[in-house]
Amino acid sequence: MDASRCILTREMETIPNLTDIDIYIQHGGYQTVEKALKMMKPEEVVKAVTDSGLKGRGGAGFPTGRKWSLLANRFPRYLCCNADESEPASFKDRKLLEGNPHRVIEGMILTSYANGINLGYIYIRGEFFQIIEQMDRAFAQAYERGYLGKNILGTGFDLDLYTHPGAGAYICGEETGLIESLEGNRPYPRLKPPYFPAAIGLWQAPTIVNNVETMADVALVVEHGADWFKGFGTEDSTGSRLFGLCGHVKKPGLYELESTITLRSLIYDVGGGVRGDKKLKAVIPGGISAPVLTPDELDVTMEFGEMAKAGTMGGTGGVVVMDETVCMVDALLNISMFARHESCGQCTPCREGMPWINDMLRRIEQGHGRQEDIDLLLDVCFNIEGRTVCVFGQAPGVWPTRSFIVKYLPEFQAHIEQHKCVVLPVEESYLRKENVEMLGVGVFRAKNS
Amino acid sequence: MTLEFSPEARQRAETIIRRYPPQYKKAAVIPLLHLAQEEWGYISAEAMAYVATLIEAPPVKVAEVATFYPMFNKEPIGKYEIQVCHTLPCALTGCGRIVKHLCEKLNIQVGQTTPDRRFTLKKVECLAACDRGPVMLVNKTLYTNLTLEQVDDILNGLE
Ligand SMILES: Cc1cc2nc3c(=O)[nH]c(=O)nc-3n(C[C@H](O)[C@H](O)[C@H](O)COP(=O)(O)O)c2cc1C
Ligand code: SF4
Ligand code: FES
Repeated sequence: MDASRCILTREMETIPNLTDIDIYIQHGGYQTVEKALKMMKPEEVVKAVTDSGLKGRGGAGFPTGRKWSLLANRFPRYLCCNADESEPASFKDRKLLEGNPHRVIEGMILTSYANGINLGYIYIRGEFFQIIEQMDRAFAQAYERGYLGKNILGTGFDLDLYTHPGAGAYICGEETGLIESLEGNRPYPRLKPPYFPAAIGLWQAPTIVNNVETMADVALVVEHGADWFKGFGTEDSTGSRLFGLCGHVKKPGLYELESTITLRSLIYDVGGGVRGDKKLKAVIPGGISAPVLTPDELDVTMEFGEMAKAGTMGGTGGVVVMDETVCMVDALLNISMFARHESCGQCTPCREGMPWINDMLRRIEQGHGRQEDIDLLLDVCFNIEGRTVCVFGQAPGVWPTRSFIVKYLPEFQAHIEQHKCVVLPVEESYLRKENVEMLGVGVFRAKNS
Repeated sequence: MTLEFSPEARQRAETIIRRYPPQYKKAAVIPLLHLAQEEWGYISAEAMAYVATLIEAPPVKVAEVATFYPMFNKEPIGKYEIQVCHTLPCALTGCGRIVKHLCEKLNIQVGQTTPDRRFTLKKVECLAACDRGPVMLVNKTLYTNLTLEQVDDILNGLE
């Protein structure tokens, strides 16, 4: 990897104490804010972001400039930076916030200025205790130096930014769930249309919801210009991206790369290959919700468009590597457990479907599966898809379930026919044990009580 | 019994409430519940009622929120809350061993508190540190790349 291509992470890897605003300013920090507020019109900032081709890094890959242009022409408007990062296999926002909080704040200031916003929040998942404290400190420093508050740098622009903690619910990452949560309600996602945040968002006002990495990218775009940003990556996926490698890979970690890299190269060249030089069995390429890929499907680049063509999604860039010792029924059971637990319970297909999928998989995993269960699983998927308030029903519900079954069907069938796991005996699979152990204990915290 | 924040917490509560437009005070409910949990260890019905007065909302509004979010304990827990991540990436790197070890060592099951009320053991979902699994949170501290020996050291290091 060429370090000069690491436009997001190079600073935080090479400069110690970058979280301190003085150090950050010494290295040129906040100059972009000053430049934009004093010398650029808001429309020019929007144009730069639109021209840069930046796509949102929160999972859906929606073009950021386009999102901003959809804001209803009403005021006040609000900004919510999405730092709920709860998608399993995703840990990029944590690293960015830990390493370079002021870069994210710069992005938030620029986004607010561009869109006529005077109040914004960064919604940080509650388990990020130290990050929330550090972010509060960073905001306080920015206020002290006059980058936040009233009449910023004498330009007449006012902006208040604050942290807002979550409290352990995955669905708060969904943008309308986030808004409900911020308003002080249960995070039940809202029906779209009409509740697109850009039209009717926080406190019924036009609202921008953008991911942490997106915010940091906005700061880069405004600092260096759209053309510079487009010099990285490809036309479909401009800029760099943060890819997380985890699971059975030799060198797990966060890597900043351009999307031209193939999934195979990401796993073998960057990640060093499969741990213990075992055989590769499966890869989930973009956070646990993305459909699974088999070892013959890895010659696809990490571009959003190419991923979609390969029947999966770029998502949050979190890659889960699974070696030959993993039982796919087991792995899917783990995912379905997550889906069951994190369904917010608002709509019936998801609330009832997730536990049903989970129960059937548990039955198959334990060797009591019935022949008709596979069809039934696919049927439940069919009846969830497109019939729910938010995308949660599909991801992490339907997409993993369907792709695991379709691509690893013989394993599911063997489980049913032989009434046992055909991959490994119970005592050798930690993953399997984990699930077996979980059966007896009350881990599901009552959600709808 | 009516509860009330300590003067210090009271001050923090006011700072929190000022972050939201005055007509939308209700938005402060989650941060205030976190504060309440820090003060009293868990969220009792009294605590909910007290938080409700701060944001000028009916207690049921606070209860609705407090009962939904997993981070709020509705009953007292041990001095140390141990939460082991059990989502797929951590499961692949062996969180099962860690959970089993903790169960044996503390002689409790997941979801339980030791009789001396020092430890509560829970499972939690992805903590966004999947490259460093297995991981666990002990109160506010995250421990990563866990081995059984490290778990022992961590437990021994707690007073
Ligand atoms: C179930 C669900 C969970 C999500 N979780 C997150 C999350 O943790 N962080 C995030 O940034 N976006 C998450 N998203 C995507 C957001 O809804 C939204 O699209 C995103 O924050 C927009 O930011 P972007 O345009 O910068 O990508 C989630 C979406 C769904 C459906
Ligand atoms: S799809 Fe699931 S998570 Fe989304 S609103 Fe419906 S019940 Fe809630
Ligand atoms: S799966 Fe354990 S931290 Fe992400």
